[in-house]
Amino acid sequence: MRRRYLAAGALALASLAAPFSARAQQPVEIQFWHGLNQPLGGMLEQLATDFNATQNQYKVVPSFRGSYAETVVSAIAAFRSNSAPHIVQMFEVGTGTMINAGRAIKPLHEIIAETGVAIDPKDFIGPVAGYYAAADGRMMAMPFNSSTSITYYNRDMFQRAGLDPNAFPATWQGVEEAARKLKAAGVACPMTTSWPSWIMVEQVLAIHNVPLASRSNGFEGLNTELNLANPILTRHLTNLANWQKEGLFRYGGRDTAAEALFPTGECAISFMSSGSQARVRREARFNWGVAMLPYYEGVAGAPRNSIIGGAALWTMNRGPNGQRSREELRGVAEFFRYISSPAVMAKWHQDTGYVPITRSAYEATKAAGYYQQNPGADVPIEQMLRGGDPTPNTRGIRLGGFIEIRNIIQEEMEKTFQGQQTPEQALQNANTRGNQVLRNFERTNRNN
Amino acid sequence: MQKKVIFRGRLLPIALLAPQLAVTFVFFFWPAGQAIYQSLLREDAFGLSREFVGLENFQEVLSDPTWLNAALNTVVFSGCVAALALGLALFLAVQADKSLRGATVYRSLLIWPYAVAPAVAAVLWLFLFQPEVGMIGRGLRAVGIPWDYRLNGTHAMVLVVIAAVWKQLAYNFIFFLAGLQSIPASVLEAAAIDGARPARRFWTIIFPLLSPTTFFLLVVNLTYAFFETFGIIHALTNGGPAKATETLIYKVYVDGVENLNLGQSAAQSVILMIIVIALTAIQFRAVEKKVHY
Amino acid sequence: MAPVMAPVATPAAPARDDALLRATRRRRMLSHLMAHGALILGVLIVAFPIWMTLVGSTHDAGTIGRGDVPLLPGSHAAENYAIAWNEGGGRTRTTPASTMLINSLLMALMIAAGKIAISILSAYAVVFFRFPLRMAAFWAIFITLMLPVEVRIIPTFQVIVDLGLVNTWPGLVVPLIASATATLLFRQFFLTIPDEFVEAAKIDGAGPLRFLKDVVLPLSLTNIAALFVILFIYGWNQYLWPLLIINDRSMETIVVGLSKMIGRGDSQNDWNTIMATAVLALLPPVLVVALMQRWFVRGLTETEK
Repeated sequence: MRRRYLAAGALALASLAAPFSARAQQPVEIQFWHGLNQPLGGMLEQLATDFNATQNQYKVVPSFRGSYAETVVSAIAAFRSNSAPHIVQMFEVGTGTMINAGRAIKPLHEIIAETGVAIDPKDFIGPVAGYYAAADGRMMAMPFNSSTSITYYNRDMFQRAGLDPNAFPATWQGVEEAARKLKAAGVACPMTTSWPSWIMVEQVLAIHNVPLASRSNGFEGLNTELNLANPILTRHLTNLANWQKEGLFRYGGRDTAAEALFPTGECAISFMSSGSQARVRREARFNWGVAMLPYYEGVAGAPRNSIIGGAALWTMNRGPNGQRSREELRGVAEFFRYISSPAVMAKWHQDTGYVPITRSAYEATKAAGYYQQNPGADVPIEQMLRGGDPTPNTRGIRLGGFIEIRNIIQEEMEKTFQGQQTPEQALQNANTRGNQVLRNFERTNRNN
Repeated sequence: MQKKVIFRGRLLPIALLAPQLAVTFVFFFWPAGQAIYQSLLREDAFGLSREFVGLENFQEVLSDPTWLNAALNTVVFSGCVAALALGLALFLAVQADKSLRGATVYRSLLIWPYAVAPAVAAVLWLFLFQPEVGMIGRGLRAVGIPWDYRLNGTHAMVLVVIAAVWKQLAYNFIFFLAGLQSIPASVLEAAAIDGARPARRFWTIIFPLLSPTTFFLLVVNLTYAFFETFGIIHALTNGGPAKATETLIYKVYVDGVENLNLGQSAAQSVILMIIVIALTAIQFRAVEKKVHY
Repeated sequence: MAPVMAPVATPAAPARDDALLRATRRRRMLSHLMAHGALILGVLIVAFPIWMTLVGSTHDAGTIGRGDVPLLPGSHAAENYAIAWNEGGGRTRTTPASTMLINSLLMALMIAAGKIAISILSAYAVVFFRFPLRMAAFWAIFITLMLPVEVRIIPTFQVIVDLGLVNTWPGLVVPLIASATATLLFRQFFLTIPDEFVEAAKIDGAGPLRFLKDVVLPLSLTNIAALFVILFIYGWNQYLWPLLIINDRSMETIVVGLSKMIGRGDSQNDWNTIMATAVLALLPPVLVVALMQRWFVRGLTETEK
């Protein structure tokens, strides 16, 4: 480190005629901690490298910090010790925690206002912007790798079961029938799901326009209560439990654990993140298709848009008493502008399967004929735009301690699938335990 | 236990101790003190607001059913790991001890899992038992066993126990073999001449002679199962399904690192520290005792 | 030590007939055969996961991803290892295994050497001197024996951050070199050094430091070697601490690098290059155990004497 300063000093002396060029050669470092595994992590870091090559004032230094949860923890510990990174990638369930973090974060709208860098929040796609906006609509974080969940299905198996391989049923009733036919045709695992809470609870509620929690899913305040024990969830969890008994549904584990069931050809239908397409493309040795998530026919107002997953980029202050300099904020803003520019975002979207976060990137991809060449690639974004503007129930979820609540929901679901409790009990327990977490969070955060 | 003949001086020994003590205080006691301090607070994750709550965190932890569940899991898990790792190692050591030349060969072939990091060991077993990708996982399903450690809590427990035992077997084997080989042949010959049958000979003569080794290993295995298996559980099950494999140490991690509930996590840490210190004392006494053998 | 399988052919009873002797021998043979059978089975079971890791490192990603791993090695070994060695496993742009191996080696060596050095000094002070708070100091060291890193990870990390040691070798190594076990081992050993040695040294007018250098250290060499093997493995296998302290990829160690490739178990994994990296991560400590087995066993069992 010291040697580098010395070298820079020597350089500065050598170029006395142009002292400012020496300054320009020492770019402002922007620390960027992220939580993306390979291959996505590599693609993300490539973006930083590309950005650094476009200019020489700022240098974004990406650093992989483990899983999303681990990244959060290291960033928080670093903040407490006055050495937080400039940018931290935070998964969507951490949004409530970050928004309530007071002076730990620097909201995106303030950065835009203070630096004047041209980032247009109106260009963000509705559900993406909504998830990361304050109650008054101003953007708090920079959306980045947003996904949503979609249906993947095995066309060959559909054919074998006498189903139309080109039309996936739009409703759960249709899915149930299809699963039965698949089973009758000898498919050992007609359907499964990854991310049980995100897809089978949070998405189901949004699609049917039912709140997950009071006060607009927590957008309006910390004094929010869960609304898990509701008719639609009870119906759905009961179905899942029955389907599991009947051999139509297989529980494949939390998070992405069930993902392998689809490309191995074991399960005919799987509900997964749109970001999983790269893997399926690489590993599946059969014809497959994607479709929107199903809904229950006859529920008023359904189907609405699905909510997002993935992560956003939060700008952090250095520590409890450490602000960012103007130059640092400018570097952050320039990086944000770069990654959300239409060409870069469109490429990111096409390479990864994440949804384009801006309308312009979506249009650019469309104009380039990408969706025609890759049928189904526009399913995620179409699904997110389904049913018009988001409602308070489909805008997103803004709960403190949501990481823990999501785990609680998954635990109670697991107990149901193990046959230890009824779906009603599961939802009631999850509701009670989750509310405790909300009260805890309210108590520790009300002063921030 | 003390030496009778010693050197004089006060400054020198303190200087000699200084590096070790400095590291110990800065990186053990200071953080441990912080943990104790934190356990009396309720604080948001970023440390921007805090409230002194006395022993409230302890009260909540000790009355929390999920903590009690974790305590029970810890007992079951540690018990299974210790029993299996000790039992299998003893069995193999007795077999190896029957042939002196073979013994060292088998020892060479059995000891290297000790060198494998727990997290890496977990990956090896995951690669075998993963229901879709893993060879054994698929095999179990092929013969009609609905193997699924992601939903079946018992399966999950079996899997983490297997990985943990595999890693620990080598260690126990080495100690048991050394213990067996240090039993004087004359004792065994005398027993043989007495006409005692091999099984009887083992339980009445050999096993009692091994008891100091066994006790020492028991403590080591229990602490291993308590703490060092964190990496295994983390990589294999994340404490699930439905908290079926969540041990106390894993819960500290989950509450502190994932749920960002620092106060309660710190309270759990403090409880664990007390347990650890008690175990350390027991082990110390055991080790001291053995010195006199 | 006398062989345990000492012949028990009883010279005291020459009158016994050959048949009984033969029966005894046969039973012994049988028992030995069974023993070997059990041991071979045990060895195979213990070796199986490693074998499958080796096999996994020689196939292509698709084969493994579909669950078609055969029992025998495939033909992709060279490319898998080349990718892991030069570019990093897992897919793209992780740290090359060659870099991570060097880092792991440095870390393991520094931890082992550091632990041995400060443990010898403190054990020497505790055994050969009397001074106030001697036992208190000893217990302070001793209690850290099992204070696991997970229990105090966040406050310890904060200490390192406060000291500005993130991403540095001292930050990585120093917190790990306090060693109660090593101190205990040396203490036990020093206690067995006869008092006459100390007396002789005193009569010769040798001071404590010369006694340490000329007598105690040479006597301890085998213990040091034995302990070194154990501590090398301990250092090599560290992973939670480096994960937190190091975010500079050029300093990444291989166990951490491997754990980062694994992610959540089976998400988009290139199992083939991951398994190749796993083999590389396993190899050095396993080789150390295999080649220095005598020291290793001695180091392990020493505390138990």
